[in-house]
Amino acid sequence: MKEHKKSRIGRRLKGLMFRRIHGMITCREFEEFINNFLDGELSKRERSRFGRHLRICRECRQYLQAYQRTIEIGRAVFTSPDEPVPDDVPESLIDTILKLRADNKTGD
Amino acid sequence: MMERQQPTNVPPGNPGANPAETLVRNNIGWMISVAQRLLGDRALAEDAVQDAFISAFRGLDDFENRASLKTWLHRITVNAALMKLRKIKRRSEQSIDVYQPEFDEYECRIEAPWKHIESVEDILENEQRRTQVRAAIDQLPDNYRIVLLLRDIEGYSTNEVAQMLELSGSNVKIRLHRARAALKKLIEPILRGKLPS
Repeated sequence: MKEHKKSRIGRRLKGLMFRRIHGMITCREFEEFINNFLDGELSKRERSRFGRHLRICRECRQYLQAYQRTIEIGRAVFTSPDEPVPDDVPESLIDTILKLRADNKTGD
Repeated sequence: MMERQQPTNVPPGNPGANPAETLVRNNIGWMISVAQRLLGDRALAEDAVQDAFISAFRGLDDFENRASLKTWLHRITVNAALMKLRKIKRRSEQSIDVYQPEFDEYECRIEAPWKHIESVEDILENEQRRTQVRAAIDQLPDNYRIVLLLRDIEGYSTNEVAQMLELSGSNVKIRLHRARAALKKLIEPILRGKLPS
């Protein structure tokens, strides 16, 4: 219970610092900056605020790491050599496509 | 757009073969893969690829090597799959709010401490994990899943995705961020290494 109260006070102070101190952003504002940060599209001022928040806030730092790892993993599971690739393309599909091609040419 | 080589067991067209047949045989395997990722269904993917080839044959005369053939076919395949998707409307109405990050009343992030984040290699080497990640992506509502696939997997730019989906660039960015955040939440037990092998 004491721990919970301490953590609550800590969060309140942290929230106050982010909202009141000039040049700081809240965790919610940090969230809105993430994609532009990853795309290199933050302005100089935004980048400096983003970096300052990142240095101070452990939760956002860890969140960003997990978020970036998610992107890497999502990409990797579809680009790895083990991704299921159809090796059983039906000849009937190829025949249909070629027949449609021939019909279209005749109709030209 | 990212270029990717994918193996296929479809017999390649030989140099003496009809050029149309060569084009089909050399590309149909990866085109079905792309369409299947977007549509989540093999039969629909084959339909989309059939439509894509018809469009490709119509536009072949105007192609004139403006882009690489594969890049051009990739775009045509994506467009054909998106057309199919608009007709079937899978799960676009579902909300992903429940998978979004949480903040307390002080606007501080609520995030359990991360003692460890699994590496990409750890996850890739485990077939079950790879399947779970693909299933998590498939669980996203279509209007988010498609943006994530086109941007992060197929490698299109925000502007290209906006054009394909007839959305504004800022809308694409918002959807992409929400999709990535939701995916992070969905695969969190895998990322934390908490799932039994």
